[in-house]
Amino acid sequence: MSLTNSLPARTLSVTGLALRRGERLLFADVDFAVAPGEILLLRGPNGAGKTSLMKCLAGFLRPDAGSVVFSGQDGEERWEEDVHFLGHLSAVKGRLKVAENLEAWAALNGGESDVMAALRRVGLASIAGLDAGYLSAGQTRRLALARLLVSPRPIWLLDEPTSALDKDGDRLVGELIDAHLAAGGLAVAATHLELRIADGTRVRTLELGA
Amino acid sequence: MKGFLAIIGRDLKLATRIGGDALTLVLFFVMVGAIVPFAIGPDKAMLAKLAPGLTWIAAFLSLLLGLDRLFRNDAEDGSLQLFRFSRTPLEAIVAAKVIAHWLLTALPLIAATPVLAVLLNMDMESWLRTVLSLLLGTPGLVALGAMGAAVTVSLPRGGLIAPVLILPLAIPLLIFGSSAISGQQAGAAMLFLAAISLVLLAIAPFAGALALRVSEE
Repeated sequence: MSLTNSLPARTLSVTGLALRRGERLLFADVDFAVAPGEILLLRGPNGAGKTSLMKCLAGFLRPDAGSVVFSGQDGEERWEEDVHFLGHLSAVKGRLKVAENLEAWAALNGGESDVMAALRRVGLASIAGLDAGYLSAGQTRRLALARLLVSPRPIWLLDEPTSALDKDGDRLVGELIDAHLAAGGLAVAATHLELRIADGTRVRTLELGA
Repeated sequence: MKGFLAIIGRDLKLATRIGGDALTLVLFFVMVGAIVPFAIGPDKAMLAKLAPGLTWIAAFLSLLLGLDRLFRNDAEDGSLQLFRFSRTPLEAIVAAKVIAHWLLTALPLIAATPVLAVLLNMDMESWLRTVLSLLLGTPGLVALGAMGAAVTVSLPRGGLIAPVLILPLAIPLLIFGSSAISGQQAGAAMLFLAAISLVLLAIAPFAGALALRVSEE
């Protein structure tokens, strides 16, 4: 499969990362690099530090040692504008309609993609006019995923992207990541799901807490 | 710019769909005015004399009470985390939220001042001055409140800490706001009030954004 490279090429490199939460040293000397078109899967038991590592990458937590570098931007660009973060919280407003939620994020994050097309992709097009507060947990998750689609960005940081999703949803996440990698994007995902990625050589795994 | 307007639109929609939120502050404002005549007696001349100050106290307290809503909801559902990845700078988002908050909390209060004017026996002229001084002063108060709310948003159940934190800093607004209505040098006080408001409005987006960035850690 050849890369279509519709997304700008970015790389993520992490060197010597260490993080302490309270008294506990969660991880130390974590090194990896993710190139365009690759995905890094974080694995490990509960409490191994997957979410904390994710927050380190996103800049929410300051590591005790080491560095996280997103490279490939021009001098003027902020790295934040290349990143989509999908965390435990869905950032969905219950009092806004499904489509309105997405429109707000499209306006904030930029990007030309069509809101309805993104909703169709995640299977919520038929309830675009419903208040998001009536959605189930899985549907809310799908809406959060649609946010990644309305503004194409090269870097996806996904923390448990499949939580609350059904079997179809798991497959959907796999397909979305596949398409993202094929377009030249990179991703880091903390998940237990066996992702069906078309090209197995693009999947790398990092075991935490081993 | 698109993101700036989107935030204002989104906050206005969120608040007006439920309705009750904005209304409680107006009720509180009117309530403070309504209980005063019971407390100090129905002396019309005295009420008229106290009216400007009382109106400002009522507006001041209502606005302080509403502060916590500024960032709390966005923090709870994770939107606040994601704002740092938006193309619209966080400073612009804070500015948009300040404007939306003013439209939702201060403007309804100003619209409700005629009720207080009647209850407190204000004449037409001092009512007009009250409206003008509230129009000039409340944006500064909301801007100051935004800084306080941004600092305290990461504290769980920090609901009343922001008002307590900014209350001493907001006293100048109260002083110049009420003396702009009926003081000896009302004109000068009005200009001072406007100046304080402008300075606070200019600082708030940057200070608020900085506080929000730090509070994530």
